[in-house]
Formats: sequence, structure tokens, C-alpha cells
Amino acid sequence: MPKINFLKPDNRNLLLFLSLGLLFIFLAIIDFSLNNFLDKNITSFLPRIVNFFTPLIFGIIGFYLIRIEFSGIKSLDLLNKNINTSNFNAALSLFIIFLLIFCIPPLLNWFIFDANISGNTKEACTGNGACWVYIKVWFNRFMYGMYPNAEQWRVNLSFAIVLAFAGVGFFMPTKYKKYLTLYYTIFLPIISFFLIYYLISGGSFGLVWVETGAWGGLSLTFIVSFFCLIFCFPIGMMLALGRRSDLPTIKYSSLGFIEFWRGVPLITVLFMSAVMFPMFLPDGIYMDKLIRVIIAITLFEAAYVAEVIRGGLQALPRGQYDAAKSLGMGYWKLHLLVILPQALKLVIPGIANTFLALVKDTPLIFVVGLLELAGMLGLAKTNPEWLGFSMEGYVFAAIIFWIICYSMSRYSQNLELKYKTDR
Amino acid sequence: MSEKIIQMQNVNKWFDDFHVLKNINLDVKSKQRIVVCGPSGSGKSTLIRCINRLEEHQKGNIIVDGTELSENTKNIEKVRAEVGMVFQQFNLFPHLSILDNCTLAPIWVKKMAKKDAEEFAMKQLEQVQITDQAQKFPGQLSGGQQQRSAIARALCMEPKIMLFDEPTSALDPEMIKEVLDAMVNLAKGGMTMIVVTHEMGFAKEVADEVIFMDEGMIVEKASTKEFFANPKNDRTKLFLSQVL
Repeated sequence: MPKINFLKPDNRNLLLFLSLGLLFIFLAIIDFSLNNFLDKNITSFLPRIVNFFTPLIFGIIGFYLIRIEFSGIKSLDLLNKNINTSNFNAALSLFIIFLLIFCIPPLLNWFIFDANISGNTKEACTGNGACWVYIKVWFNRFMYGMYPNAEQWRVNLSFAIVLAFAGVGFFMPTKYKKYLTLYYTIFLPIISFFLIYYLISGGSFGLVWVETGAWGGLSLTFIVSFFCLIFCFPIGMMLALGRRSDLPTIKYSSLGFIEFWRGVPLITVLFMSAVMFPMFLPDGIYMDKLIRVIIAITLFEAAYVAEVIRGGLQALPRGQYDAAKSLGMGYWKLHLLVILPQALKLVIPGIANTFLALVKDTPLIFVVGLLELAGMLGLAKTNPEWLGFSMEGYVFAAIIFWIICYSMSRYSQNLELKYKTDR
Repeated sequence: MSEKIIQMQNVNKWFDDFHVLKNINLDVKSKQRIVVCGPSGSGKSTLIRCINRLEEHQKGNIIVDGTELSENTKNIEKVRAEVGMVFQQFNLFPHLSILDNCTLAPIWVKKMAKKDAEEFAMKQLEQVQITDQAQKFPGQLSGGQQQRSAIARALCMEPKIMLFDEPTSALDPEMIKEVLDAMVNLAKGGMTMIVVTHEMGFAKEVADEVIFMDEGMIVEKASTKEFFANPKNDRTKLFLSQVL
């Protein structure tokens, strides 16, 4: 029988090293968990410094013993390759494992095991965990703001119709594919605007009029984001082209516009739109607060979109322009058929970035008194009946925003794959 | 030979302070095939890029097929639609398939029906022998195939004149021949061609006239036989001794 060298794990005594290593790792985890959750220190007989680091030391020894190259065991090799390539790497892995053990149980407790879901009043919340009753009670407000309960079907219906119209694009036969852009940039916004004007706002067809100040919650987040996204893209595109134009008037006005909007904070812009802008309007002309806000955010984000798109335009080689020109294409054909399709493909990640930022900027409209999801939370947490539940509210809002943003980001990754025909 | 299709009179061009083209006078007759050669930086590419106004000249006149090139955008587009160009870097549109590359301009510039454009494009692709690659994207083809597609794309506009800007300089040696063959075929079909190239073999086989340029001037212009048999200018002799 060959001699066993414990300082040099090898293949021949695979089982021995493996079981020993796993034992050490197991010990490390047990020690850490006991320290952490039961306040029992099984290694208290050791000197203090060593005692504190025992889990780490055990873990590193364990990882060292199982670090055997080409062991022939698939999962072990995979583990070694990914989290156990060196002592330093093993220490980092251990650190993360301990961190997870440290964080996950309390979080789970707060979210699920100690949380209260049943009941309808504040008194139902007795545990140490989250009070989801709060979210349940306020759910309607978080979704629809101050929109009257009896009329909320109007919001749902119009959102469903807009979704249906948006979905039509996916099922359009290839023959009409070239009209898709036109449909999405012009017809869909118009349809949506009329839906919102007649259905959500009401005031005609026997529907009760609901002023925009009463709109709010998640539905307002969607309305603002939707219109801003749809409008800021074409405007940004025009600005990007304008900034590269040969005509000085167009070039410098685009440049000035972009630099102006990029130079001011969004919150100031919103203030201006709410407070200053109406003063410049002639008497008797009134523009709704919501429309002013949408215009402000659109112009603000358009400047950012413009710069992103300009980056894409500059990334294209000059030869593409030459080739298109040599085929007799004028400015618009050259850009619409050759340059923009390539440039936009390049800037999908950048555009997605800007759009995500836009969605997450919408809560700022609280400064003009419009309360979307985060704004409604702020209102709800000051309600004397329900003091002390802001944590649940913000966690809820964070989850909702994360879902929205994550799906947008996935969608943009899909687009990137779909249009990847070259390079 | 027939009428002059390109007339360049006293053409001068500057890049900022740099005088690129100096007093260029050049007449090209219909169906004539001209090879332009010379050391790099001598203004050959600029010369042919002036013919479809990818570069603008500052002095002198350029008249292409009866249309004078000036600031007038309509005229420029008219000339460009009649003059095909092939580039050193191919410059195919990477987001479109080869067939779409070929039909894009006919459909949108000449307002051809899509079906006719595709039929015509397939004919041109057949001429350069890449019909089987029609549905592929440029990134999937070899350099030689890309350059032949680029020739087909230019031909789809039914140009009266073809300009070639060092069409084989970016190619691997073994792909040069397939592109030159396509160009020889084109020449045999009676196309007016101006070719900037270092391929002297091609010049000997196809060209009616050879132009030698240096430092922005036309140093020597002679029929092909004359040019290679007894060049007059010392600079030309030196150049020929190095490339042949």
C-alpha cells in the first residue's frame, strides 16, 4: 500500500481525501450555523482568535483536501474548476457560503414564515415578519391611485385593449412587416391616446369624468412610461441625425437642444413644467398636468436616446455611406435603409439602459403631485391607521419595479439575438 | 469610337491645404476601358471618387453622360444611379442578405417591382457565379465572393459606367483571380470601365488605355501597348520596373 501524504492530495487515495475533506467542510458549516443561530460555540476551548476563525480554517482545510485534479468524478471536477481553484478562491467561496447561511434564513423568516397574510386590519399583524396585510388592504390604491373603485374596470379594460393592439404586431403576416414600425410609432400611440382620453379620463359616452390628479399607482407608472418610451425614441433618432447633419442650422439647434436637456436635472424640468410653464401660456388655454409631465420626461430622455444613437451612427464604417451613396440613394433612403437598421442594432443595449432609467425615473413625478406606485407608497405610509409599514411597501414596490425592468432587459437581449445577422 | 461619356476639365481638389488633384484633364469615351495606376497617395482613388461625387472637386468641370456635377443634389443622384462603383473593402450591407443587397437600390431608387428586381438580381449574380449564395449574409462569404457580390450589386442598377477602386487589394492572393475573371467578363460585355488597380496583368489583358498618376497629376496617358512597351516618362519607367 502506497504511503499517504496528507499535504498532497492525490488520485490514488481519492475516497479517503474526499471523505475527509467533506467532513471538514461539514464541520465548518455546522460550526458556523451553531455559532450564528443557536449561540453555541462548540470550539470555545480554543484560544479566542483561533476560535473565531475555526469555521474558515476547517473549511479551507476541507477544500484543500478535495482539490484533486482529474478525479474522474464529474461533479467534483466541476466544483474544483469553478469555486476551488486555489486557497484564496476557496476562502472566497467559503465566505460567500457563510454569507448566504447568514442572510437567507432571516430573510425567509421575514418574507414568509413569520409574515402575516390573513386578516384585514393592522391588528392582524402580530408576528415579527412582514405584514402583507398592509399590501393587501392598500392593493387597489397602489394599482389605481385615487381612481374611484367603481370605475377601475375602465383602466383594466383600456390596458387590455392596448395590449391586444400591441400584440397584433407579432401575428402580422410577413407581407405587412414593413408597416410594423409605422404601426408601432404612429398608430399605436394614437389608439392608446384615444383610449386613455375617452375611457380612463371619461367625461363622454356616459362615463364619469375622472381628473388626472386622481390617477395614480402602478397604472400611472405604466401610462407615463409607455408614452415617454414611444415618443422619446423617434425624437431622439431625429436629434441624433440632426446633430450629424451638414446644415449648420439643424446641426446647432440639435446640439443646443441635446446639451440643454442633458444639463438640467429631471426634477427641475418637472418643476418647471408644473409651475413655470402654465405662466407662459396665454389666458384661457389649459394643458393638463399629466400631459405636461409626459412632454417634459419625453424631451429629457430624448436627449439621452439621441446621444446613444449617435454612438451607433459613429460606429459604422464610412464605406457603408459611400456604398449607399454610390447606388444613388439620397439622404433619407441612405439613413432609413442602410445606416439606421445597422446603427440601431448596435445600440440596443444602450437604448435598453436609457429606457430602464426612464421607467425608474417616473416616481419623480410626485413633485408635481402625481402619485404613481412609489408616490402612493409615500402617501400610504403616512396614514395614521397604518403607521410603521413602510418597509413592506418599499419591498413590494422594489419587487414590482424589478419585475418590470427585468422583463424589459430580457426583451432587449432577445432583440439583440434576433437581429444578430453578422459579425 | 463613340461620344465622350466622361469629361473632366481642369479638375482641382484640395483636402484642406493638401492639393490632391492638380489640373486633371480626362475624357473617357463610351465602352472605353481605362486602368489608372500609380503609387499610393497619388490621388487615383480620389480621382474616381470625384466621378460620382463621393468627393467634391473645388475647381474645374466634371460632366458625366451630359450631366454636370455641381452642388445640385438631383444631378448628383442622377449621376450616381448611372455610375456603379466597387470598393476595396466591398462595403456590402451586412444586415441584408446578398439578394437583398442587390435589390435594395433597384427597388427604392429605381422604383422597380420587387419581383422584377429579384429576377434581374439573380441574373447578375449568375454572371458573377454566386447564385447559390444569394440567401446568405455577407459575413458568411469569403472575400472573393463578397467582392463579386458587390460587383453584382452595382450591376443591378444597370449602370453605364463602372468604377473600380482597387477591387482586389483587400483579397487573399487565391481569390484575386475569381474577381478579375468577373471583371474581364464585364469588359467583354462592352461596359465602360475605369479601374484603379495594381494588377498589371489585368491592365494588359483588358485596358484600352492606361493612365499613370503621381502626386495628383496625370503623368502619362497612353494606349496599353504603348504604355508597357515604351513608357516615355522616367517616373513611369521606375514604377513599371518595380511592379512588373
